[in-house]
Amino acid sequence: MIKVENLEKHFGTKRAVAGVTFSVERGEILGFLGPNGAGKSTTMRMITGFIPPTAGTVNVGGHDMVENPIPAKRLLGYLPENAPSYADMTVYGFLGFCAELRGLAGEAKKKAIHRAIEMCFLEPVMHQSTDTLSKGYKHRTCLAQSILHDPEILVLDEPTDGLDPNQKHEARQLIRRMGEKKAIIFSTHILEEVDAVCTRAIIIDRGKIVANGSPADLRARSELAGAVSLRVIGASADAVKSKLNLVAGAKRAAIVKEEGAVVWARAYPEAHSLNGTLARNVAEAMQREGWKFDELHTEEGRLDEVFRNITWSETAASKKEENKA
Amino acid sequence: MSDSVRNIWTISKRELGGYFASPVAYVFIVIWLLLNGVLTFLLGGFFEQGQADLSGPFFTWHPWLYLFLVPAAGMRLWSEERRLHTMELLLTMPVTAWQAIVGKFLASWIFLVIALALTFPVVITVSALGDADMGAIFTGYFGSAMLAGSYLAITCMTSAMSRNQVISFILAVVICFLLILPGIPQVTNFLLGAFPEKIVRLINSFSVYWHFLGFQRGVIDSRDFIFFVSVAVFSLFTTSVIIRNLRAG
Repeated sequence: MIKVENLEKHFGTKRAVAGVTFSVERGEILGFLGPNGAGKSTTMRMITGFIPPTAGTVNVGGHDMVENPIPAKRLLGYLPENAPSYADMTVYGFLGFCAELRGLAGEAKKKAIHRAIEMCFLEPVMHQSTDTLSKGYKHRTCLAQSILHDPEILVLDEPTDGLDPNQKHEARQLIRRMGEKKAIIFSTHILEEVDAVCTRAIIIDRGKIVANGSPADLRARSELAGAVSLRVIGASADAVKSKLNLVAGAKRAAIVKEEGAVVWARAYPEAHSLNGTLARNVAEAMQREGWKFDELHTEEGRLDEVFRNITWSETAASKKEENKA
Repeated sequence: MSDSVRNIWTISKRELGGYFASPVAYVFIVIWLLLNGVLTFLLGGFFEQGQADLSGPFFTWHPWLYLFLVPAAGMRLWSEERRLHTMELLLTMPVTAWQAIVGKFLASWIFLVIALALTFPVVITVSALGDADMGAIFTGYFGSAMLAGSYLAITCMTSAMSRNQVISFILAVVICFLLILPGIPQVTNFLLGAFPEKIVRLINSFSVYWHFLGFQRGVIDSRDFIFFVSVAVFSLFTTSVIIRNLRAG
C-alpha cells in the first residue's frame, strides 16, 4: 500500500533523510524507531504529502504523492507530531470540519464522527473546546481525526506520546485492532511498544535505515539473545564462571552479580539460537557439580540494547569519519 | 458542487466560525463602526458640507481605517496555522494549498464585507437628508470592498511569512501604507513640483488611494477594478509561493 523508494530530504546542506526505501502492505503495522532528529517525522511528512521530497518517490495505494497528491491523500489518515488541533473549536466541531474535508456529509458525517469519538473515548469532552483539553484528550482528538474516514492507510507520528499508562494501553490495542485490515506506520521511541504492537520494525538513524525486521529478528541481534542466565546458590563466583566457560556451546561466561552465597551468572552462546540446547547443557553442568540453582532461563535479547548498539555505533562511526575529514 | 468549491467553502465556514466564536469579531465591528461615525460626522464635516454625498466625509477615510483594521482581522489566517502546526493537518487533507488560501481569504473578506454593510445607517441618514446619488454610494461601497480585499490579500501574504501575528500585522500595515502613499494629495502636490505630470500620474497609479477615488465618484473604471484584482491575485499567489517554500524547507 505504501512504497517508499530512495527517499531523500535535504534542509540546506543537512541531509535529514538520506535514501530511505521500504514498503508497507495491508495487515502490517510498521514501527518506526530512531533517536530524536533521526528523520522519522520528516519521512512521515513526505509520505503524507506535507513536504515534497528532495529526491525519491512515495507511492500511496498506487498514486504518486508528488504527481497525484489528492487521491493519495484520500487514502491516508495522519496524526502529526504534537497532535495539532484548532484551538477555537470544540472536539465535535473540529471532527466535523475534518470529516467535511474528507468529503463526508449529512448522515455519513455524523456516523463517522460518533464512531471516531467512541473509538477514541472522547464522549466526556465532545463539546469542550480543544484548547481546554488535557494532553491525553488532545492527542486522542487528533487521533480520532485520522480515523474518521476509515482510511486504508494510517500514518501516526508518536501516537502514544503524552498518554498515561492506561491510555497508552488503549491506544496500542486500538492500533493493533486496526492493523488487521489497514497498513499502519507509526513512530515511537518507546521500545516496549514495538513488541506490543508491531509486526515489523525499522530503525532509522541519521536519515538512513539501519535495521529492518520483525521485533524478534531485531531482538536476535542483541548480544544477549540466546544467553543463559542463572542464579546459583552455594558456589563461589569464580568457580561458577570457570565452570560455565567449559560448557559446550558457550562462548564465554560472566558474573552479573554476587550477594553472599548467591551468584547471578550468564553464559553467552557461540551461535545465536533460542532452542534451549545451551540452557540444558548449563543445567547439566550445574547438576554434575552438585550446585543448587533456583533460576535458569534463555534470554530473548533486548530491543533497547540492539537499539543503542545500532544507533550509537553508527553515530560514533560517522563522528570518527567527520574527525578524519 | 464540485470538490474544490466544497473544500473552499468548508475552510471558509470554519474560519468565519472562528471569527464569531470569540468576542474579537464583535469588538472589531464596534470599533470599526465607532471610528466611521466619529470620522464621518465629526471630522469629515458630513453636516457642514451641505450635500447629500458620502464620498468626501465617509469613503475618504476607508483607506486609512482599513490600514489598521484589515491587518488586524487577517493577521492570524496563516500565522496561527503555523504556530499551532495545524497547517500540517490542513495540507495533508485531500485539499490543495490554493483551496486553503482562497477559503481563508474568502472567510475574512466576507467578515469585512459584513462589517462594511453594517455602516448602512449612514446611507439611511444621507438619503433622508437629501437627494443622494445612490449609484455613487453603491460604487463607493463596491470600491471599498475591493480595497478591503486587496489589503486582506496582502495581510494573507504577510501572515504566511511569520508564525508571530504581531509581525504579520506590522508587515501588512507597512506594505498597505506604502500602497496608499503615492496617491494622497499631499504627496501628489509635492511630486508635481518636481516631476512632469505624466510621471506623477504614473506614480499615482500605484496607489490604492488613487484607484479608490474613481469608485467614490460613482465611476467603475476597469483600470481601477483591474488594479485591485491584480494586487489581490498577486498577493495570494505570493502566499502560495511562501507556503510552498515553507513546506519544501
